[in-house]
Amino acid sequence: MTRKLSMSGAINEAMKLAMRKDENVILMGEDVAGGAQVDHLQDEDAWGGVLGVTKGLVQEFGRERILDTPITEAGYMGAAMAAASTGLRPIAELMFNDFIGSCLDEVLNQGAKFRYMFGGKAQVPVTIRTMHGAGFRAAAQHSQSLYALFTAIPGVKVVVPSTPYEAKGLLLAAIEDNDPVIFFEDKTLYNMTGDVPEGYYTIPIGKADIKREGSDVTVVAIGKQVHTALEAAEQLSQKGIEIEVVDPRSLSPLDEEAILSSVEKTNRLIVIDEANPRCSIATDIAALVADKGFDHLDAPIKRITAPHTPVPFSPALEDIYLPKAERVVKVVSELLGTPLEV
Amino acid sequence: MKALESNKDVALTKEKAQWMYQKMVEIRNFEDRVHELFAKGILPGFVHLYAGEEAVAVGVCAHLNDKDSITSTHRGHGHCIAKGCDLDGMMAEIYGKVTGLCKGKGGSMHIADFDKGMLGANGIVGGGFPLACGSALTAKYKKTDNVSVCFFGDGAQNHGTFHEGINLAAIWKLPVVFVAENNGYAEATPFSYASSCKSIVDRAIAYNIPGIKVDGKDILAVYQAAEEAVLRARRGEGPTLIECVTYRNYGHFEGDAQTYKGDQEKAEHKQEKDAILLFRKHLLNEQLLAENEVVAIEKSVEAAVDQAVKFSEESPYPNASELLTDVYVSY
Repeated sequence: MTRKLSMSGAINEAMKLAMRKDENVILMGEDVAGGAQVDHLQDEDAWGGVLGVTKGLVQEFGRERILDTPITEAGYMGAAMAAASTGLRPIAELMFNDFIGSCLDEVLNQGAKFRYMFGGKAQVPVTIRTMHGAGFRAAAQHSQSLYALFTAIPGVKVVVPSTPYEAKGLLLAAIEDNDPVIFFEDKTLYNMTGDVPEGYYTIPIGKADIKREGSDVTVVAIGKQVHTALEAAEQLSQKGIEIEVVDPRSLSPLDEEAILSSVEKTNRLIVIDEANPRCSIATDIAALVADKGFDHLDAPIKRITAPHTPVPFSPALEDIYLPKAERVVKVVSELLGTPLEV
Repeated sequence: MKALESNKDVALTKEKAQWMYQKMVEIRNFEDRVHELFAKGILPGFVHLYAGEEAVAVGVCAHLNDKDSITSTHRGHGHCIAKGCDLDGMMAEIYGKVTGLCKGKGGSMHIADFDKGMLGANGIVGGGFPLACGSALTAKYKKTDNVSVCFFGDGAQNHGTFHEGINLAAIWKLPVVFVAENNGYAEATPFSYASSCKSIVDRAIAYNIPGIKVDGKDILAVYQAAEEAVLRARRGEGPTLIECVTYRNYGHFEGDAQTYKGDQEKAEHKQEKDAILLFRKHLLNEQLLAENEVVAIEKSVEAAVDQAVKFSEESPYPNASELLTDVYVSY
């Protein structure tokens, strides 16, 4: 049975299903339950995360499995890595991906390295769930999209879902995976609803999804920007232009074949990525296609990204920071040499 | 600080005394050999030697079994040996050979043996505190009575992870024993300069956990303190901080001219303050072991280290195909 569920509801449901299936799955993070040891606070009143994504888990699984941590990202992230390598399957919540500054070593030099550095003797089945994304008026330290930083680290997998259906299936796949997986949740998509099947299912990590077929331009879009691309596709379709929207869904591993075969069909590539442009996923995908798909290109590769600035606070500035459908329409028109109708 | 004399009441079985002396001599002999091999240019990379600090690793690990785990440091060979890692596999790892404990992919700073509860030497100062909490969390969650020991140096006690890790272990009552190896120098910087506290153990007060400072050259003092801390952890009563005052006989790394050390301290730590000589004397005085038994251990260890070097020399390097294994994907 499929029914409408929000993105945060889908993520919440995935965690519940994983914890029912495997008692080695635990959840740890700051206020993932909330109110630990507060006598007057009944567990049903507990926060369940700052935005309520983990609400209800503590009632079902208890505080032995839903662990509120102190605000010490290095401490609990490192603990999650070694708990994983010694037999548990932790989900560690890094509240905002921006906070990786406080615990990068635990991911970069510890968890990501164990399996290779120890000659294959260690497994690190940890899932780091983390919020990202601009548009929440959360300013420079709570709005970044740092998935490129993690994609640059061998040994970790990076997942960025764009719909509730994918969030649930990919999170279950992430928890089942025996390597560290960083699972990005766009905070501005939490309330977006979509069709989500009931029950346990996984979506393989490393498989892209064609969100809309088209023959004129390939538009690879990441996370929330998939929706920007789809909005642009609607507008362009009315002018007779059909873009193909490719959602990689995971950035590491990256489904190179899906991107390259789409470019082979359309001969043009745009990448939409709301992260900063230097050393970004947009740049990485552009390099991939320049290297392996050059013969199929009829036009320069275009990247639509945020500017190379911190995320501004003022709504007036943040609104122009993020990629927009209008900009996509404009770039597509330029690539095709089709004059813009205003 | 407890002195050697006060520990004559520590009752060691002959078997335990033998094991402890053997492990100490293994570490010393192994490290002296690595020193020679490195000086000859035979070993690649960085090596940080544990010689001089043997009483700490051995005195603590004497209370552990293979299901207990330890986290270690960049100066990890001693911890590996005390925790039961195979000398052949260790030496081959330091040579970068495929027969090494990590197939030659880790090297001196990353020797691990999960079957022995050795969760890995660690090239990052302060890396072990959260990790020890994690393995202890597994033990607590699975309701085993396994204990995690976190070995760390005086340099690491100023790192943020020291505070985060000890606080987490304290509030969750995790079965961790934090063992400080205060050898007086963080690289080339004296402890007295770098630490706001006179003793590392003073910091236990801040986290409301027991702390004890011992002479880390006196294996009986270390043994006694560790026994109490390990039992406390096994009983589910939470972490303890033990500070062992010790000395490293070599430099921070091989090639370090050690200009920051005084001549006298260097000499006395190799003679009257040497942990192995002190324990040897104790074993003979207390008639725990006879002279011929002690000599037999020393000879067998020398042969074992010779064998480890031979094994490593004769072992092949990893095949090129190994570059791309043990990691999920390569582009």
